[in-house]
Order: sequence, then structure tokens, then C-alpha cells
Amino acid sequence: MQNGAQIEYDYSVAKAFTFATILFGIIGMTIGVVLAFQLAFPQLNNLAGEYGTFSRLRPLHTNGVAFGFALSGIFAAWYYISQRVLKVSLKESPFLMAIAKLHFALYFITILLAVVTLFMGISTSKEYAELEWPLDILVVVWWVLWGISIFGLIGIRRERTLYISLWYFIATFIAVAMLYLFNNMEVPTALVSGYGSWIHSVSMYSGTNDALVQWWYGHNAVAFVFTTPIIAMIYYFLPKESGQNVYSYKLSILAFWGLLFVYLWAGGHHLIYSTVPDWMQTMGSVMSVVLILPSWGSAINMLLTMKGEWQQLQTNTLIKFMVLASTFYMLSTIEGPIQAIKSVNAIAHFTDWIPGHVHDGVLGWVVFMIMAALFHMVPRMYKREIYSKSLMDTQFWLQTTGIVLYFTSMWIAGITQGMMWRAYDEYGSLVYSFIDTVTVLHPYYTIRAVGGLLYLIGFFMFAYNIYKTIRCGRVLDKEPVNATPVAA
Amino acid sequence: MFHWFEQRPFFFAVLVFLFISFAGIVEVIPDFAKQSRPSVGTKPYSVLELAGRQVYIKDSCNACHSQLIRPFKSETDRYGMYSLSGEYAYDRPFLWGSKRTGPDLMRVGNYRTTDWHENHMYEPSAVVPGSIMPAYKHQFTNKADLDTAYAEAYTVKTVFATPYDQDLNGDGKIDVELGDYETAIAKAKEDAKAIAAGMKNEAIKADVEKGQIPEIVALIAYLNSLK
Repeated sequence: MQNGAQIEYDYSVAKAFTFATILFGIIGMTIGVVLAFQLAFPQLNNLAGEYGTFSRLRPLHTNGVAFGFALSGIFAAWYYISQRVLKVSLKESPFLMAIAKLHFALYFITILLAVVTLFMGISTSKEYAELEWPLDILVVVWWVLWGISIFGLIGIRRERTLYISLWYFIATFIAVAMLYLFNNMEVPTALVSGYGSWIHSVSMYSGTNDALVQWWYGHNAVAFVFTTPIIAMIYYFLPKESGQNVYSYKLSILAFWGLLFVYLWAGGHHLIYSTVPDWMQTMGSVMSVVLILPSWGSAINMLLTMKGEWQQLQTNTLIKFMVLASTFYMLSTIEGPIQAIKSVNAIAHFTDWIPGHVHDGVLGWVVFMIMAALFHMVPRMYKREIYSKSLMDTQFWLQTTGIVLYFTSMWIAGITQGMMWRAYDEYGSLVYSFIDTVTVLHPYYTIRAVGGLLYLIGFFMFAYNIYKTIRCGRVLDKEPVNATPVAA
Repeated sequence: MFHWFEQRPFFFAVLVFLFISFAGIVEVIPDFAKQSRPSVGTKPYSVLELAGRQVYIKDSCNACHSQLIRPFKSETDRYGMYSLSGEYAYDRPFLWGSKRTGPDLMRVGNYRTTDWHENHMYEPSAVVPGSIMPAYKHQFTNKADLDTAYAEAYTVKTVFATPYDQDLNGDGKIDVELGDYETAIAKAKEDAKAIAAGMKNEAIKADVEKGQIPEIVALIAYLNSLK
């Protein structure tokens, strides 16, 4: 292909992952809303026998949104962005094309199997690593396929220098591979003993060590699924959509390498006042605070990219989504370090403030950014204008309201409960029995469930808007350069 | 310097790996052996208790209950002695949990009884008014998987040298017996009869008599062992 000639990018795999993003988003978030209502109205636990209890559904929600929804979005963005920043089409290599298709197929099968096994209660119990060993092996296979796709495409690239987004994708690939392998080290019991269920396994680590490895993984699964690939997206989509250059290359370098170095230390903050050695807890706590620097480095770099162009917030709803995402990223990455301070953690740990923190991060930052990415990609992949601007705007405000209801109610719930657990009367007796600290949360659980429901309704509007765009958006004769065209 | 790496994907990836593996090496590895040493008096789980532990995991009790008592007076007053690392030496996986939607269960065996659990698991709000815990009625009909529990015990004994069939406290008697498959299953069924004797539900007693162990019996055996 000659210089200057238009490269025909191939979006078949990106489209497949886009479909999966919306499907798993609907499933995962719907279960999330059910869970929220169950905490407020416990009768809802009895609707589907053993398969409908809060406890059985909770891993389905976390796995569904993290590894179903978010990962699909990340892979969709990868198969879209990579071709463009490397200046190479997937079509040029039949081998890489086959790898990419296999990657999607195996990934999709794994998530479906995950849904079935988790419903059945087949679980290792380790958070975000609940899948049993046969599924772990499948995960490793398609992760390696993704790696081949990453380094294969890079190998045949025309653009010599790797764009910032690619740094973050590479980091995601390597870090998750390392974390996942070490945390899922387990021994299948039927293979050793010849008895019992073939799918059951037992962890290679015990007790405190298991906890340490688990939270080294658990915290950094957040880092390398909910942070680095999402930063990869915003570094591509925000400059592209706004027509602005990234504010600072130096800040990008500082934020990237800083994040990689510091993030992995912070897992210890999940284990403060536990039985892991005190020095590890302190390291986890200190490094969590240091983590503010690289996190805010990226967020500020993004916000300053909009310098002098803030009027785009009024004209372009997509910019609004991405600016709000960066802002929630800043909120979430200051809140996390606060919770990691030992004296705050003493109150916050084990309370609803923790899910509150997770959700302002994922709802405000991760999901908003993934939806913005899809809004940017779909019109270019299908060569159609976005179906409705008013639907986008309504969705934006509905979901923003939902997030605010969610995290404010959980802040209050968490701090209320944390303070009640430690309240003493003048005779030195505990004031509240445990159940007192549960019933008091009912109003906050109700508000949170309503917030979640608003957010879910917004997501359905998003899915409908994307569907209508693909089916009957006005056809575009050439690809838009920057701002994505939206029908009024 | 970084610009050089940005044009060389292989070296870039190597540098990324060095940056991210550093923390794990310094933080996770040094105290690995020390932390896995059992406390005096800590014993491996019996087969019936392990079957109950598997029910605990299957129904994801750890989604709402912690098993970690922090060293605060408000926690030791409520739940008992704070947790020690060695007490978890035979916990594979660990079940500390991350959220206390319900109370901590680290030492629940000290202050709840078989009878209490039987009523509570069937209808929590009948025992604790205002409880938001789901009812786990299916545990009264589903059967515990003793085979898989035996498989787990056998695996940790052979692979991780968990001390089954050993005299741990030097009193000349074996502390936790495992033995071969037939012995272990027979022992678990005997243990189940002892639990069922403390329960009211006639159907449960009949099942246990027939050698069919409902999940609830195994779960209660496990919960009673948490001390």
C-alpha cells in the first residue's frame, strides 16, 4: 500500500466485541440492580430458589460487568484503535485475522460458561477470580491469543513509534497475565485423589498468604482492567473527538511509568488490620496515597487537552461523557487513597463505603468511557450518523443522577455503620447489636437501588440508540474527521 | 530515554514487566513461609467440616460475612479474640471476605448452637427480626458432596502435607483422622449423626440415618468448628 492511500480497516472483530459489550452490560447491570433491591427488600431473594439469592448472584454481577462488559469494551476498542494508530489493517494478515476471530469466539464461550457455573455455585470464592480451573485455562488461552494479536499487529506496523494508547494496552496484557496466573494457582482435587467432582480445586496458598496473593491480584485487576485500558481509550478518543492534541507528552510519560510502578504496591490496603505483617499494610497504605500523583497526572492531562475548547461541552455530548469520565476518575482516585489511610480504613473497611467507592469509579469512569468509545466507533464502523442526540443527553443526565444517588447514599451508609459498630455507652458496653446497624441502612439501600435503576435505564437508552444507529442512522458518505455526527 | 523504548515494542514490554513485578517481589515473597506456620492448637478440618466449607463457598456466604476479627476493642468485645495468622494455616482458600453485610463469623462456633443455625438458615428473620439475610431452605434438601470433601482433604494431605492422621499435641492420639476413602466417608456420616442429634427437623434426621447428608448438616458442622 502506498503512502497517502486510504487504508481499509477491518472492523468485523471490533463489531463482534461491541455487540458483546452491550449484551453483557445489560446482563451484568440488571443483576446489579436486582442485588441492590434485594438489600433493601430481602423478600426479593426468594424469587428463584437457590439461584436467586444475593450471595449466589453477587459473583455473577461482578464477573459479568468486569469480565463480560468491561473486557468486551476494551477488546472492541483494541481492535478499532490498534489498526488506526499502527496504520495497518487486520485484513493484511489472514493469520492475525484468524487469531482475532478465535479470540472472540473463545472469549464469548468462556463468559457464557462462567454464567452457567456461577449460577450453579461452582466457585473458588476468591473475589474476581471465582472461576474454577477449566475456565481459568480457557481464559489463559484467549488471553494469549490477544497477546499474539497485540504483538502481531505491532510487528507489521507502518507507524514506527507506539502511541500512548498502545503503552497502556501492552501494560494491561502483561500485568493481567502475571496476576491471573499467580492468583489462580490451584490443584484440581479429582486429579490428585481420583474422587469427587472433577471441576473442584484447592488453592495452592493457604490463609494469610492466600489473602495476600488474592488482594495483590484483586486490587490490580481493578488497575489493569478498570484503569489502564480505559486510559488507553481516553488517550485515543478524546483527542480524536475534540480535534485537540494531547496536552503534554511529558505528563503522559510520568503518569504511565509512575502508575505502573506504584499501583502494584497498593493491594496491601485491602488487608489493613488483618494478619498480614504490619510493614506490608503500611506499604500498601503509603503507596495508595502516592498513587494520587500518576492517577491525577493522566486525568489532568486529559482535562487540559480540552484547554481553550471548553465550548465543545455544549455542542458535543460525547465530549461531555469523556470529561465527566475523567472527573469521576479524579474523584475515585482521591477517595481510594483516603480510604487506604489506616485510621479511615478502620471505619470504612467492611462497610458500604467500599462498594460506594468502587461504583463511583466504575459507573462514572469505566462505563462512561466505554459508552463514549462505542458512540465514537459505531458511526465510523457502520458509516452512519448517531440516531438521536436528545436520547444521548437524556441518558447522560439520568445516569449522572443515578451515580450521585449511588455514591452519596453509600458514603452515608458506610460511615453510619462504621461508627455504630464502634459506639460505646458510658458504662463501656457496645451500644448497638449488629442487627441495629443493618436495619438503619434501609433508606440508604433504597436510594442506592433507585440510583442503580436510573443508571440501568440510561444503559438501555444507550443500547437502543446504538441499535437504531446501526439499523437506520443516516448513511455517511465519508468518515467524519473529529466530532461524531449526531442527528438532532 | 523513554522515547527509545516507544519505538522498540520488545524492550518496552520488558521494561513494563520489570516495573510491575518489582512490588510483588518485595511485598509478597519475604514473609511467605512465616505466615503459613500454624498456631498451636489449630487443626485441619474434618471431611464433614470441609463439605460444609464447600457449601459455604457454593452459597457464597463470604459475600456478606467476614472471618477476620481486627484488633480493636469494639471487635474483640463483639466477636472474641482478634485473628492470628497461624489460625488460618489450613484455610485453602482463605475466607476473610471484604464486606460485613452480616456479622463476622470467625468464632461463631463459640456463641451459636446447632439449633440456632438450623432455625436461622431456614428463616433468618424468624430468629433475628429485621434480618436482610436470604433464607437458605435449599440447604435442607440438597445433599452435601462428601466425595469431593474427601478429595480435598486427601489432596491437601498429599500435596501440602496438611497434618491429617497425626498426633499434633503429643497426647498419643491422632487428632484429625482421615484414613482411606471408606473410613473417611464412614467417619463423616458418624459426625453427621452427632450434628443431626442436635436438630429438630425429622426429615433431616431420617436422611442422615440413611447416609444421605443434607448440606445444612455439613454447614453446621463447619460453623461449629469456627472457634
